[in-house]
Amino acid sequence: MEIEILGNKDTRSGFGEGLAELGRTNPNVVALCADLTGSLKMDAFQKECPTRFFQVGIAEANMMGMAAGMTVGGKIPFTGTFANFSTGRVYDQIRQSIAYSQKNVKICASHAGLTLGEDGATHQILEDIGMMRMLPNMTVIVPADFNQTKQATIAIAAHEGPVYLRFGRPVMPIFVKPNAKFIIGKADMIQEGSDVTIIACGHLVWKSIEAVQILEAKGISVELINMHTIKPLDVNAILKSVSKTGCVVTAEEHMLNGGLGEAVSQVLVRNLPVPQEFVGVNDSFGESGTPMELMTKYGIDTQNVVDAALKVIARKA
Amino acid sequence: MNKDLLKNTASQVRRDILRMVHAVNSGHPGGSLGCADFLSYLYFEQMDYDSKNFTMDGIGEDIFYLSNGHISPVWYSVLAHSGYFPVSELGTFRKLSSRLQGHPSTDKKLPGIRMASGSLGQGLSVALGTAASKKLNNDPKLVFTLHGDGELQEGQIWEAAMYASANKVDNIISTIDFNGRQIDGDTEQVLSLGDLGAKWQAFGWDVLKMNGHDFDEIHATLQKAVSMTGKGKPIVIIMQTEMGQGVDFMMGSHKWHGVAPNDQQLELALNQLPSTIGDY
Repeated sequence: MEIEILGNKDTRSGFGEGLAELGRTNPNVVALCADLTGSLKMDAFQKECPTRFFQVGIAEANMMGMAAGMTVGGKIPFTGTFANFSTGRVYDQIRQSIAYSQKNVKICASHAGLTLGEDGATHQILEDIGMMRMLPNMTVIVPADFNQTKQATIAIAAHEGPVYLRFGRPVMPIFVKPNAKFIIGKADMIQEGSDVTIIACGHLVWKSIEAVQILEAKGISVELINMHTIKPLDVNAILKSVSKTGCVVTAEEHMLNGGLGEAVSQVLVRNLPVPQEFVGVNDSFGESGTPMELMTKYGIDTQNVVDAALKVIARKA
Repeated sequence: MNKDLLKNTASQVRRDILRMVHAVNSGHPGGSLGCADFLSYLYFEQMDYDSKNFTMDGIGEDIFYLSNGHISPVWYSVLAHSGYFPVSELGTFRKLSSRLQGHPSTDKKLPGIRMASGSLGQGLSVALGTAASKKLNNDPKLVFTLHGDGELQEGQIWEAAMYASANKVDNIISTIDFNGRQIDGDTEQVLSLGDLGAKWQAFGWDVLKMNGHDFDEIHATLQKAVSMTGKGKPIVIIMQTEMGQGVDFMMGSHKWHGVAPNDQQLELALNQLPSTIGDY
């Protein structure tokens, strides 16, 4: 496959740029941060819209409650902290004051997954997609690169209802076009193919692009889907692709339990049972290390996607 | 202040509470009875609102959040008598498909409710958000909250308390239902709150105290609290109440926190509370 690399940046910077743009274009957008303004790249919004920026300190529960309360009066709050502190730490606040109360809060979560790196397992949440997709009323989005994270940030402001937006820390290749239109719930077809479908989200989309190149060298035709919206899931895109290829690999920087793979398998078991292989973290906490070392050690690297594709194709027969 | 109206309203609200929890043999009568006077005052004397045209945004209206959502019966009764929804709907409390859920919620669109509550400790944060929203909208109206005293054992309350003074949130008046009782016993025994007034003062709040069953005192304290808004500090009222107030055998104990009266107990209780407006 041919794919043009447009640069290298972290997805969190895409969030920061998107938020700053919203600050300029939508006077109802407000932002709250729990002492991680620099890490979340919220500096530009803070500088340009100081009266609409709320520094809440290291008090995430209060931040989620405040965000919920700000919607009463028509504000569109974006909360910013690490994914661990955006979900597990404040699950009950999100559940009652945001999801159950149907509040228009955008929970923006950086440093998700193993690629947070050296800080280790206390900060490397791998359960957040599962927790958030279990909540009724919640939309869950995991964009693939810098451009897509910026586009998704802007798109969710126009979507009425609670959203969980997950992104990360490492610098990764940019491949989504800067003028691409982000549609919540509509998967991106990166490449059509016939032997196997790979469905990936977040950083694993790039890893899957690398895997496709290796698989193609072996003469395998791969269909690659960027499933940036985990909920609501693009069921039609999955069924259309899998009915053609007859097998699927899912790839994500998340626990196998509760993640994208599980969501896809639920669709397939109900509609079109075919062999599926899962690339993700298998019931384990992470540890300190560089992002790329961790992806290799915990089985979410390019080679894992290649191996899973070869295995699932073999299972078809 | 129309004290006769308030007394009559509170008496009817107490009858409603008892009949609501009795009908479904569940719910929380103790704290509800204890806050009947305060909530009657708040809705019939204090707050500006448009009960016939409820909007979620509440722009140009005072906003109230019940943080201790388990005393929903008293709130539902006061909301109904304030015109938010038909009083007859109180008969659906806690029943399947009712808009009057066991704990307040927004998903069934009951007018008057802007946030779910029940899991404790979240209402003060929510209120701070709305207070900020009002300031951004140049809306001069106020945000009122009510909290249980046991609820103050939740850490989130103190995160919010710290935020409010540090950021000079001065369009909020919070009230603590200081009845000294919680499910497992007296608050002093379960987990002592210590010197509550000193705690709030240390967190930078202006602290007022009042008897929650004396309308003259409630009136004077609320007037004072409102006069203190807009001066750079959040305001809290520590309201002394009696759990089960108005029903002699429900007072003086934590036992009626979450237990409904049986038929005989209901009759005994209703005999102590005159029907003023008429039962639903």
